[in-house]
Amino acid sequence: MADGLTKSAARNIFYGGSLFFFLLFAALTAHSHWYMVNVSTDSEALTDSVKHGKEVWEKNMCINCHTIMGEGAYFAPELGNVWERYGGLENPDAARAGINAWIRAQPLGIEGRRQMPAFDFSEKDMNSLIDFLEWTNSINDQDWPPHPAG
Amino acid sequence: MKYETQKVALPFFMVAMALFTLQIVFGLLAAAVYAWPNFMAEVMPFHIMRVSHTNLLIVWLLIGFMGCTYYLMPEEAEQEIHSPNLAYIQLAIFAFAGAAALVGYQFGIHEGREFLEQPFWVKILITISFLMFLFNTSMTLLKGRKTAINLVLMLGLWLAAVFWLFAFYNPTNLAVDKLYWWWVVHLWVEGVWELIMASLLGYLLIKMTGVDREVIEKWLYIIVGLALFSGLLGTGHHYYWIGAPGYWQPIGSIFSTLEVAPFFAMVVFAFTMFWKGSRNHPNKAAMLWALGCPTIAFFGAGVWGFMHTLSFVNYYSHGTQVTAAHGHLAFYGAYVMLILGVITYAMPQIRRVQPYNQILNMWGFWIVTSAMCFMTFTLTFAGVVQTHLQRVLGMNYMEVQDQLGLFYIMRLGAGVAVAVGAIMLLYSFFGPAREQVPAGGTQITAGAGSA
Repeated sequence: MADGLTKSAARNIFYGGSLFFFLLFAALTAHSHWYMVNVSTDSEALTDSVKHGKEVWEKNMCINCHTIMGEGAYFAPELGNVWERYGGLENPDAARAGINAWIRAQPLGIEGRRQMPAFDFSEKDMNSLIDFLEWTNSINDQDWPPHPAG
Repeated sequence: MKYETQKVALPFFMVAMALFTLQIVFGLLAAAVYAWPNFMAEVMPFHIMRVSHTNLLIVWLLIGFMGCTYYLMPEEAEQEIHSPNLAYIQLAIFAFAGAAALVGYQFGIHEGREFLEQPFWVKILITISFLMFLFNTSMTLLKGRKTAINLVLMLGLWLAAVFWLFAFYNPTNLAVDKLYWWWVVHLWVEGVWELIMASLLGYLLIKMTGVDREVIEKWLYIIVGLALFSGLLGTGHHYYWIGAPGYWQPIGSIFSTLEVAPFFAMVVFAFTMFWKGSRNHPNKAAMLWALGCPTIAFFGAGVWGFMHTLSFVNYYSHGTQVTAAHGHLAFYGAYVMLILGVITYAMPQIRRVQPYNQILNMWGFWIVTSAMCFMTFTLTFAGVVQTHLQRVLGMNYMEVQDQLGLFYIMRLGAGVAVAVGAIMLLYSFFGPAREQVPAGGTQITAGAGSA
C-alpha cells in the first residue's frame, strides 16, 4: 500500500466509502422494491389464496428440499417454473390436476429414488399452494431458468 | 490471559464446539441421503436434516463470534468485561433458543424461510440475547481503550444485529420477500461478518507476529473498506433472477467480481505480516490457522464465488451443485477456520498452560481442510455436469441427479474425513493438555527470530 496513506486516512475512506455505497445500495433497493410491486410481479393477481399458498409453502418448509427461483436446497427440482413445466401456460386445468396428483401420490416409494414426504394438504391448502406456484411462475425474472426443465 | 474475565469466552467456545459437532452429524446424515436416497426417509426426511445442518452452522458461528469477542475485548480495551454474569445469562438464552429451534425442527415447528426458519419467539430470544451481548461488550469498549481492532469488530457485530431485523419482515410478495431476505443473508456473510473476520484475524496477527499495531490496523481499514465497497452492491448477484430490474446484472457482475479483492488482500496481509514478524510465537498451530483461514477463504469465497458470479454464467449455474460447492468452502474458510483458529490461540491461555497438543491440532487442521477442499471439488464437478445436462441440454432434474451418484458418494467420504479431523481438533482443544510439541521449534515461524 502507498506509503502516503496514513491510518486515519484509511479509516476515513472506510467509513465514508461504506456509507456512500450503503446509501447507493439502499436507494437501488427502494427502486427495486417499487419495480417489483409495479412492474415485474402481478400485484393484482396476488390474491388471498396466493398469500395463503405462500404460507403453506413456508409451513411445510418446501425450501429445504426444493429451490424456488434458484434458491433453497438443491435436493429436489426447481419449482419457480413448475407451472410452466406442467404445461400451465397452455392448459391451466391440466397443470393444476397434474401437480395435485403428483403431490398426492407421494411418497412414491421407489427404491433408489429420493422420497418426497406425504403432505396431507386440505383441498384449500393444495389449491392455494398451486395458486402460489402459478403466481410465482408469472414473475418477470429475466427469463430464468434457461430451460423449462428448471 | 492478562484479564480474569477473558475466561468468559470458555463456555462460549464449548457450546460453539458442541453445536459444531451436531452440525457435522446432520451434514453426514444429509450427505448419506444423497448417496442412499431412502436413508431414514421415514424417520427424518431430508428437509429436517438440512434445516438442522444450516441453522446449527449459523448459531454456532454467532456463539463463536461472541466467545472470540469476549476473549479479545479485555486485552484490546485494557478493561475487564463489564459484566461476566450478563455474558453467562445471554449465552444461556442464546443456547436455549438455538436448542429449542433445533428440537422444534424435528417436529416441524419453524417459519419455513431458508436460514431464517427459527420460530418467531426464538427470533425474539436471539435478538434479546444479542442485544445483551452488544450492551456488555460495548460498555467494556466505552470504558476502555479504543483500537481499530475492537472498533471494527463492534461495528461488524452491531451491523449484524441491525440487518438481522430484516428476518422479521416477511412480505407476501415472494419477489419482495427475497429482495429483503438477502439483506440478512448476503449483508451478513459477504458484508458485515467480513468486518468481524478481518478484525479477529488482525488481532491474531498482532499477537502472534509482533508486527506493529499501526501497520496492521491500517491494513485492517483497507481490507474492511474493500469488503464493504464491493460487498454492498455485490448483493446484486442475488438479484438477477428474482424479478428485480435488469440493471442488477451489470452491477452485480462488476461488484461481486470486486468481492474477490478483500479476500485476496487478506491473504497478502496475513502472509506479509507473518514474514515481517519478528516474534517467535510458541503457538504454531494457531499461526497455521491464521494463515490457512484467509487462504481457504480466498479460494472458497473469492475464487469459487467468482466462478459463477457473472450474470451470463450464473444464468446457467444458479441453484446447482456449483452453489453448494461454493457455500461449503466459503463458510469453512472464512468463518469456521477463523473461529477454530481463535480457539486454538486462546485455549492454552484460558487453561493457563503452554500451547499444547499442537501436532494433533495441526493434523486436525490438515485433515479437515483437505477434506473440505475435496468435498468442494466433488460438488463442483457434480455442479458442472448438472449445469450442462439440465440447463443446456434440458434433461429432467431427477434424471440428471441419477448421473451424479459417484460425486455424492465421494462427498460423503469427504464428510466422514471432516468428522474424523473435527474429533481430533476437539480433543486437542479440550482433552488433557499434554506437553507442548513441537517444543519451541521453528517449523512455521519466519523472520529474524526463526533461524
